[in-house]
Amino acid sequence: MTSATTTANRTAGSASLKHRLAERGIDTKLLLLVPAIVFALLLFVYPFAYGIGLTFQPLAATQEQWGGGFFANYVAFFRDAFIFDSVWLTLRLALPAALFNVLVSIPIAFKLRNKFRGKRMLQTLLVLPITLGTVLTAQGLLIFAGRQGWLNRFLMENGIIDQPLQLVNNYIGVMLSLIISGFPFAYLLISSYLSGIDPSLEAAAKTLGANWKQRFRRVTLPLLAPGLATTFILTFVLAFSVFPSARLVGDASGDTRVLALMAYRAFSEQLDYSMASTIAIMMGVVELIVIAFVFLGRSFLYKGSTGGKG
Amino acid sequence: MSNSLRTRTAPPTEVVNIVKNRNKGKLAPGEKSLVASPSTWFVWFGIAAFFVFLFGIVLSVLVDSLGKPWFSTWLPENFTLGWYQESWERFNLTHIIGVTLLVAFSVIVISVVIGVPASYVLARSNFPGKKLVMLLFLLPILIPPITFGIPLATVMYNMGLGRTVLAVILVNLVPSVPFVIITMTPFIEQINPAIENAAKMCGANMYQVFTRVLAPLLIPGILAASILVLVRTVGMFDLTFLVSGPTSDTLVVAIYRAMTSAGGGESRQLISSMGVIYTALMLLILIIALRFINPTQLVAQVKDSRDD
Repeated sequence: MTSATTTANRTAGSASLKHRLAERGIDTKLLLLVPAIVFALLLFVYPFAYGIGLTFQPLAATQEQWGGGFFANYVAFFRDAFIFDSVWLTLRLALPAALFNVLVSIPIAFKLRNKFRGKRMLQTLLVLPITLGTVLTAQGLLIFAGRQGWLNRFLMENGIIDQPLQLVNNYIGVMLSLIISGFPFAYLLISSYLSGIDPSLEAAAKTLGANWKQRFRRVTLPLLAPGLATTFILTFVLAFSVFPSARLVGDASGDTRVLALMAYRAFSEQLDYSMASTIAIMMGVVELIVIAFVFLGRSFLYKGSTGGKG
Repeated sequence: MSNSLRTRTAPPTEVVNIVKNRNKGKLAPGEKSLVASPSTWFVWFGIAAFFVFLFGIVLSVLVDSLGKPWFSTWLPENFTLGWYQESWERFNLTHIIGVTLLVAFSVIVISVVIGVPASYVLARSNFPGKKLVMLLFLLPILIPPITFGIPLATVMYNMGLGRTVLAVILVNLVPSVPFVIITMTPFIEQINPAIENAAKMCGANMYQVFTRVLAPLLIPGILAASILVLVRTVGMFDLTFLVSGPTSDTLVVAIYRAMTSAGGGESRQLISSMGVIYTALMLLILIIALRFINPTQLVAQVKDSRDD
C-alpha cells in the first residue's frame, strides 16, 4: 500500500475493521494473489503431499524384502546399496561440477568486466549452450569426443596421445556436459553480480594503497560472496538433477547412476510409484542439505551487512 | 621526458626518488603492456577451450546430419539433405513441433495471466505471511524437477491425464508460474508507485489502473519473462518426459526417445538432423529474444551496469 494512505489510516485509529485490516496490508488487492496461490496449492503442494503420503505405502514386495512396515521404502533406500550409492554418485558429479563452474567463472568475469570490443558478441555466444539443451549436448559430445571424433583424431594425428581417450560413456562425459551447460550460466550470473558492485569502492581501496590481492580479499570478495553462494546453489541445482546426460553420455548402470535416473527407473520401468516418490523426495532432501551447508558456510565466512547487492 | 622536466623545476633529489619508485614495475596510467599477464592468458585459454568444445559439438552434429557415410575420416564422403527428409517423415516432426509450440505458448499465456497479478501484489504490498508466500513460489524453482515431477506425474496418471497434451502443459506450468513471479516482482518494484496513485486520484478504478497505466509500463518485463519461459519450456526435458506419450512428446523428448529407443536406437544421422532442427528452432527464439533483452538477463534479473 502507499505511504500516503497508510498514514491516513493510522491517524484514524478507530476506523472500521476493513480499514484496520488494510492498515496491516490486508485489502482487496490481495485477491490478485489468489489464482497463483490456488495454482501452487493444486499443482505443487497437493502432489507433493500426496507423494510424501505415497512413500509410506510401500508395495508388498518391498515390505517383504526389507521389512519396516510403513517405512519399508525408506529402509530400502538406506539399506539397498544399489540405490543408496547413487546419492554418493550424484554428489560426486554435481559438487565438483558446480564448484568448477563457479571458480573458473570468477577470474573470467573479472577480466571481462571492462568494456571491450565484442563483449556483447561473446556474451551472446555464451548463451548458445542454452539453445543446445542437454539432449543435443549429449549427442554432440558422443560424436565430437567419441573414439572416432574430431577431438581424439586431432590429438592422435599430432602425436599427443597414442590411444583414443575414453571421454564419453563414463564419468568424464557427464562432467563435460555439465560444464558445457553450467559454465555459461555461472559466468553470466557472476558477471551480473559483479556489475552490481560499485567500481569506485575498488578505486577508493586502490587510492588508499591496497594491492590487487587486498582489494579482492577485503573489498570485492565480501561484496560478491552472497552472489557467489547463490550462483553455486543454482549451478548445483542444475547439475544435481542431471538426468538425460547421465543416461546418454554416462555409464547409466555404473559410474553415473544418479538419483534422478534411479527415481525414473522405479517410476516407469518397475512401476513402483511409492519407491519412485521415496527416491525423488530423498533427492530433494539431499539437495536441501547441501544448500543449507552453503548458507551456513556463507554466514560463517562473512558476517556483516551485505553491501547493496541482491 | 617528464622526469627531467620535474627534476629541473623541483629542488633536491627526493622528489625524483618518489617518481622513480612509483614507476618501478608499473606502467603509466592508461598505458597497457604488450605482454599479457599470466591471469589474462589463463582467462583466454579457458574461454578458448570452452569454445573449442562448444563449436566442436555444434559442428559435428551439423556435419553428421549432412554426411552420407561418415566413419573414420575428417569429413564425410558425400553430403546430402536426405536425413532431414527421412527424419521429418519417420518421427512426424510436423506434429511434434506443433505440439512443442502449442505447449510453449499455452504455458506462456497462462503463467503470465496467473503470475503478473501475483507479482504485482508481492511488489507493492506488505501483508502477514508474505515470506511464506514467497517461499511457496521459490520452492518449485529450487527443488529438482524430478522431486516434485514424480509425485505430480503419479497424480496425473491417477486422474487419467497421463500422456495427454493437457498434462504436459500443466506440469510445465509448475516451474513457469513461479518463474514469472520471481522475475516480474523486481521489475514492478522499480516502477514508481506515484504513477498509479496519480491515476487513482484521477478516479481510475483497479481495472483501469491495470489496463491503462500498468500494462503499457509492464510490457517490456512481460516480454522478457515470456521469452525466458519459452526457452525453458521448449528445453524442459525432465517434467515433460515424465507425463508425455507418443502423441504429446515435445521435440527434446522425441530426440531423447529416439536416442534410447529399444533395439540400439535410431541411426545416428537421423537423430543429428532432429538435433539441428531443435537448435535452429531455439536459435530463432533466442535471436528474437536478444533483440529485447540483455544476455545476462536470461539467467538473472540485472539492473543495467554503468559500462554497458
